[in-house]
Amino acid sequence: MISWLILLAPLLSALLILGGLHRSKTLSQGVSIIACLVSFLIALGFFTGSISAPQPFTWINLPEFKAEIGILVDPLSKLMLLVVTGVGLMVHLFSVGYMHEDEGVSRFFGKLSIFMFSMIGIVVSTNLVQMFIFWELVGLSSYLLIGFWFQKPSAADAAKKAFLVNRVGDFGFLLGIIFYWTLAGTVMFGAEAALTIQSRMGAGESLNITMVTATGLLLFCGCMGKSAMIPLHVWLPDAMEGPTPVSALIHAATMVAAGVYMLCRVFVVLSLSEQTLEVILYIGAGTAFVAALIATQQNDIKRILAFSTLSQLGYMVMAVGLTSPGIEFPAASMFHLTTHAFFKAMLFLGAGSVIHAVHHEQDIWKMGGLWKKLPWTFGTFLLGVLALTGFPGLSGFFSKEEILTLAYHKSGPVMVFATITAGLTAFYMMRLLIVTFFGEARSTNALKAHESPKIMIIPLVILAFLTVFAGYPFMGILASLGQTHPHEASHTVMGISIGVMLAGYLIAFVLYRGRGIEPIYARVLANKFYVDEFYDRVLLRIQQGFAIGMDFIDQWVIGFVFVRGTSLVVNLTGEVLRLVQSGSLQGYAFFFAAGVVGLVYWMLKGF
Amino acid sequence: MNPLLILLLVPLAAIAVILWLPQICPKRTTVTAFIVNFAISLGLFFQFEGGSGFQWVLKYPWFNLPNVAQVNFHLGVDGISLMMVFLTTLVSLASVWVTSAVVKRAREFFIYILLISLGALGAFLSRDLFFIYIFHEFALIPTFLMIGIWGGQNRQFASIQMTLYLALGSLILLAGIVGLVLTQPLDSRSFDLEAIQQIHVIDEGIQRIIYPLLLIGFGILISLFPFHSWAPTGYASAPAATAMMHAGVLKKFGLYALLRLLLPALDSGADYWQTTLLVLIVGNVIYLGYVTMAQKEFPLMLGYSSVMHMGYLFLALASQSLIALTGFVLLMVAHGISAALLFALSGELQSKTGETRIASFGGVYTQAPFLGIMLLVGSMASIGLPGLANFSGEVLIFFGAFKSHPWVTIVCVWGVVISAVYQLRAVRLICFGSVSEVTAKLVDLSSYSARFPYLLLVAASLWIGIYPQSVIHLVQPCLEVILNGGGR
Repeated sequence: MISWLILLAPLLSALLILGGLHRSKTLSQGVSIIACLVSFLIALGFFTGSISAPQPFTWINLPEFKAEIGILVDPLSKLMLLVVTGVGLMVHLFSVGYMHEDEGVSRFFGKLSIFMFSMIGIVVSTNLVQMFIFWELVGLSSYLLIGFWFQKPSAADAAKKAFLVNRVGDFGFLLGIIFYWTLAGTVMFGAEAALTIQSRMGAGESLNITMVTATGLLLFCGCMGKSAMIPLHVWLPDAMEGPTPVSALIHAATMVAAGVYMLCRVFVVLSLSEQTLEVILYIGAGTAFVAALIATQQNDIKRILAFSTLSQLGYMVMAVGLTSPGIEFPAASMFHLTTHAFFKAMLFLGAGSVIHAVHHEQDIWKMGGLWKKLPWTFGTFLLGVLALTGFPGLSGFFSKEEILTLAYHKSGPVMVFATITAGLTAFYMMRLLIVTFFGEARSTNALKAHESPKIMIIPLVILAFLTVFAGYPFMGILASLGQTHPHEASHTVMGISIGVMLAGYLIAFVLYRGRGIEPIYARVLANKFYVDEFYDRVLLRIQQGFAIGMDFIDQWVIGFVFVRGTSLVVNLTGEVLRLVQSGSLQGYAFFFAAGVVGLVYWMLKGF
Repeated sequence: MNPLLILLLVPLAAIAVILWLPQICPKRTTVTAFIVNFAISLGLFFQFEGGSGFQWVLKYPWFNLPNVAQVNFHLGVDGISLMMVFLTTLVSLASVWVTSAVVKRAREFFIYILLISLGALGAFLSRDLFFIYIFHEFALIPTFLMIGIWGGQNRQFASIQMTLYLALGSLILLAGIVGLVLTQPLDSRSFDLEAIQQIHVIDEGIQRIIYPLLLIGFGILISLFPFHSWAPTGYASAPAATAMMHAGVLKKFGLYALLRLLLPALDSGADYWQTTLLVLIVGNVIYLGYVTMAQKEFPLMLGYSSVMHMGYLFLALASQSLIALTGFVLLMVAHGISAALLFALSGELQSKTGETRIASFGGVYTQAPFLGIMLLVGSMASIGLPGLANFSGEVLIFFGAFKSHPWVTIVCVWGVVISAVYQLRAVRLICFGSVSEVTAKLVDLSSYSARFPYLLLVAASLWIGIYPQSVIHLVQPCLEVILNGGGR
């Protein structure tokens, strides 16, 4: 059963490292990379059809409730597996260079293997319960990796925040799964579930549309947590406290996209209710727009990319909302997910290479003039910026174009917001590029920077290749999504999007060329619309106040009435007990045995 | 010889050894006895043939209560009691293993632990209500004494409060049990569990009286809201081994007995009191969840958290669905394991540092990595991370309860968020960050022997979490019988 190895190889690697290999850095790295390679090769086997899916394993089997752990191989999972294991492999290689000075290298690779195991588990899920299991496990690995430098209070806080915000989303997700099971009678994915629900809605009218909408929205809650949609987006920027390769793999390319992947999986059920799709559409578009606005005023290289990730995830979710019911899954969304995984992972790894070169400085205003010193990093980063902003001919152009075309045909206001977002994206990415790589070096670290080792550059170059070509038919990505070539975008859409992109470039160029300090300061944007402050100072305080209030009631009302109210009895009994507490064991044993037996006998005799 | 009888005789033999051979280390005797018992319970698990019937049945008539019934010494296990026996032997072994051998008045200490374990085993093995009750009392009384003698802060208050509460609970319970026995016609009265399960339909008016007696009687023991006040203070001041045995095993006895008695015999009583029970469940999960969030001391937090989780188990009882009750059995075992693990860790932290305030720790991960990792695993188990046992139980309860009580289930699922909040805050403050003055006093457990009990508990939790079906196929037939009113 070679196909199970796709899951077992990383699991085994994690266990080996945890079980003792961690004493050797080299062995831990080696085992972890080999495990990832094995998963990648099996994913290739699935993609080409040379390996087929195994029999599932029964996890729970009760009448009316069956859950299995299986491997589902279909177009959606084939593509996603390649993305996860491929980008994963690049990140593993990059980490060898990036983490080599860290004492916890072995621990790092062990946790990376746990992540690969859990993420692959999500992708191959055959049912919602299995997905939820691995969904929580990626949450755990994300928690462990964000808090990798756990001595640092900010990292420890960020890890906790990520877990808790995701828990709020998972509260909805779990209820959504229960609703789904109640409606469809199964937790399995697929068209049958949707057909069951549809038939129950139609003929007997035992099922009303509100319930179906609620199911869709609750499932979407899971996506809002994992893919960091507004208002649950606050954990993702903080998650940048983790090591940069983690940000690339987990918090840019794969795990955060799991929410979108899940929506694609259950799209047949989501699309039974138009209201559900509408809510998804607006939350996606809103997130895309707001996150892009915030990104324009951030100064930390990783945070800019994090907000950009939020914004692009917003695009993908928006694309789900724009897809017409009746289609098997939102291909535009998956296509953008794929191209984004490549170029965003590359951008993050590029940022990692920059951070590595300037001795862990992350403020872009303390960089500058790096393009000559880091030629490979700069070249690949430039390609990433162009792809992300939708420069014609690169992968991001094709995938973004598909989403904009959908919006153009479906909804005017959404099209307007999506276009403005595209312009903002061009603006903040060009700002990032100019401030980081051009102008004067603005710190000694930036002056002394030198290019990263080959083990870090090679993954960048491979990802750069994918960034350029992923949109072309010969790569097979479009074919696997059921399309032979990119959609014919209407000339209007193409014109508008290229126009706003150029405008964004131009404004950034004019504003930031040769600057050493931020020329404009928008307090609200720099402070991320004060959402974190609102949560910390209002919601969390209300919650804690409520908890303290409850505690007070418990101690003084319930405790008083039930306990201190009978203090007289307590004292009297205490006196009696003191007499009995002779310290002799046989005495105690006799008293309690005799007492109990006598009591029972007495009670029974009374009847 | 009947293996169930051996299970009961082993602790007795150990007590005899401790009493009459004082030169032998009492801890070693106790550990040996519990290893034997654990091995027997594993043997029973693998030898069990499945199905809904009882195995290894042993029955001796004991005495006849005039006008009431014949009392029999009647042992036997089915799938459900098998799991409870497994839990008891596992937690007993872990609880003595983590206890220091040089505790003051050591012989007494270990005799009490042996008595608790003996009582719990007897209660889970017995099929005669009279013996179930006696064994249960037998287990309970040493816990009061242990808190009073070896407890930490407030031990006098905690132990007296606990004694009063639980004695009151036992009395109410006794009234309920007596009622249950006396509703049977005079010529066929019996203490036999199956006979009670198969009683002719009890008059509705009587059910309405007996049901709350049993619910409150056992409810006090299980710490059902609002009868829970004894539990957090009791656990916080109890020595680690006692807290592990009580929160892990004895509390589960009440739930086990409710499953055996309430559901099959008192269905219309359950219907009548349903709304009240649902309100109390919300009190357990939500109200006590928020109270837990306000706790500043680690043992108190664990105590409240263990009380809070009882709400899920009552939800399963209220739903009367096969799916939820399967989750109920899984969660009883799972919660027993995770509570034991966390109380053991809290005891270890407290005994090494003399400190209980959560905020005074920090950096345990750096100072004592093994303890830190165990604390993380225990916390993850407690908040229902998949792969560890609690998840499989909780998720089945939610699925099963949703059909009959959708709104209460939705509210209870919020408990999953609440428990993550307090548990992860504790992990954040205790394990992460830089090493505090208090933490610096901590010594990591480095020998395999010291680590063994923790790893044993984690292994058990992983087994049920990863492969719950191995337990489900044992308990499902028994639950089906119970849900059919004992095959009436």
